[in-house]
Amino acid sequence: MFSQLIISGIAIGATYALMALAMVIIYKTSEVLNFAQGDMAMLSAFVAYFILEDQGLGFAAAFPLALLFAFCLGAVLEFGFLRRAKEPTVLGLIIITLGLQMILYGLASWRWGSDQKNFPFPVSDFEVHEILPGAVISDLNLVTLGWALLLMLLLFAFFRYTKLGVAMKATQQNHVVARIMGIRVNRILMLTWGISSMVGASAAFLIASTDTLDPNLMWNPQLKGFSAAVLGGMTSLPGAVAGGFILGVIENLFGGYVSVEFKSVVAFAVIVLILCVRPSGLFARHYVRKV
Amino acid sequence: MLEVRNIETLYGLVMALRGVSLKLSENKITAILGANGAGKSTLIKTVMGLIEDQPDKGAIWLDDKRIDGKDTEDIVRLGLAYVPEGREVFEELTVLENLLMGAYTRGGSHGKADLKMVYGLFPRLAERQRQLAGTLSGGEQQMLAIGRALMMRPRIMFLDEPSLGLSPLLVREIFHTIRLVNRELGTTILLVEQNANMALSVCHHGYVMENGRFVLAGTPQELMSDEDVREFYLGVRSEVSVKGFQRYKRKKRWR
Repeated sequence: MFSQLIISGIAIGATYALMALAMVIIYKTSEVLNFAQGDMAMLSAFVAYFILEDQGLGFAAAFPLALLFAFCLGAVLEFGFLRRAKEPTVLGLIIITLGLQMILYGLASWRWGSDQKNFPFPVSDFEVHEILPGAVISDLNLVTLGWALLLMLLLFAFFRYTKLGVAMKATQQNHVVARIMGIRVNRILMLTWGISSMVGASAAFLIASTDTLDPNLMWNPQLKGFSAAVLGGMTSLPGAVAGGFILGVIENLFGGYVSVEFKSVVAFAVIVLILCVRPSGLFARHYVRKV
Repeated sequence: MLEVRNIETLYGLVMALRGVSLKLSENKITAILGANGAGKSTLIKTVMGLIEDQPDKGAIWLDDKRIDGKDTEDIVRLGLAYVPEGREVFEELTVLENLLMGAYTRGGSHGKADLKMVYGLFPRLAERQRQLAGTLSGGEQQMLAIGRALMMRPRIMFLDEPSLGLSPLLVREIFHTIRLVNRELGTTILLVEQNANMALSVCHHGYVMENGRFVLAGTPQELMSDEDVREFYLGVRSEVSVKGFQRYKRKKRWR
């Protein structure tokens, strides 16, 4: 029982980790919390569903196309809405993302309705392996886990070793000086939104395949992803992933041993507790500005 | 070379520059002296395109191209580098990453050689290249800011108050490096300073700015021998009365 709860916790945590990664990427460059993150991903999942079911194309075409859609969606939202804000404050931008969330939610409900759909996926959730005595993990869980870790590594390397990645970090710290370096800040922000939207979309595909697809798909994962990101310190990619796993495991253990009804609540209790002890999150390496 | 023709810059309704003209001479150091709020930094920011929709009037020419109204990102690519006031290094990037950001606009293989050149000028940065820039001392951060600008291999470098908040010894070191950069790399430098003594000791040509316009210009020797500059900027009192107090308050001639 215990080992099974841990394993399922890690599996569900991987999807939280992906959402947390998506949020952290945008936060890292613009200090904006993107509340539209979940519904951008949800819409991309619907597009994948549309390509798969209505157009009848295979997975090999549908997922890359839907990811491409996700990238464009992110870039367009940044270009069309956030950039239009004149002399924006971070708070104002956050409110804009809230507005975007509602628009996207409405769009999906209008186009596809709110009934639950079966989202086809090449890997099954019912093919299981017994990795520990009495504890099983499904193929889908393994794919989710592997994908989350792979993305984390890729993104980590991108931010550490590529010029573009470092430029993204520089942009977050100081837009004006980044411009003086010749960094085209607007382009960087657009790119960030695109990449982040793709990461979120991949999470949505995985979540939709364990669950069913409807416009409320990403409501819970987004909240959990956000919490995981806060737990990890909001700017740290490994932190976001670790936060996702920690959250998933704790939540599952609580659900298994204490109460399923309060499963979601405990996650937030844990966050409050950790933030009391380490206000900047578990993994943040935030430099304190000298005055 | 860079030529500023009669520009006016507004902050909202406040006019910060009231018709400023300036011509930089190639491979020389030009200094602008002036008190707080005279408009020195505003002039540089206007040239760099950092103040939106400004200059309101006038024109800025680089060689035979007009550059006012262009985006900062494009102006930088023309070979103008700006070391902002208060250093403004990327605190959460390492020293090395900061320097690489300086070379952001330059593709290819120049990076290594330029890095060597900067480390040659500032050996201390080489020792600390893996350290976060925010953990450096003020003097080191200033060196980093200058080094980062030099990574662009700029034609013209703007230095805004490089002596701000540094000890006299460090100030001397920084100014020594500025002279070195100018001589060895042939970089044209525009220096904005409150520390008139230091600025006049390195520059080839100087301007004095007050209330958004230039009130005086000349070689450093001319400026240093000017009585108003001596009293108001260099702090040399020209005449002390026998009783030990000043009999009258000097008025600036240019008002």
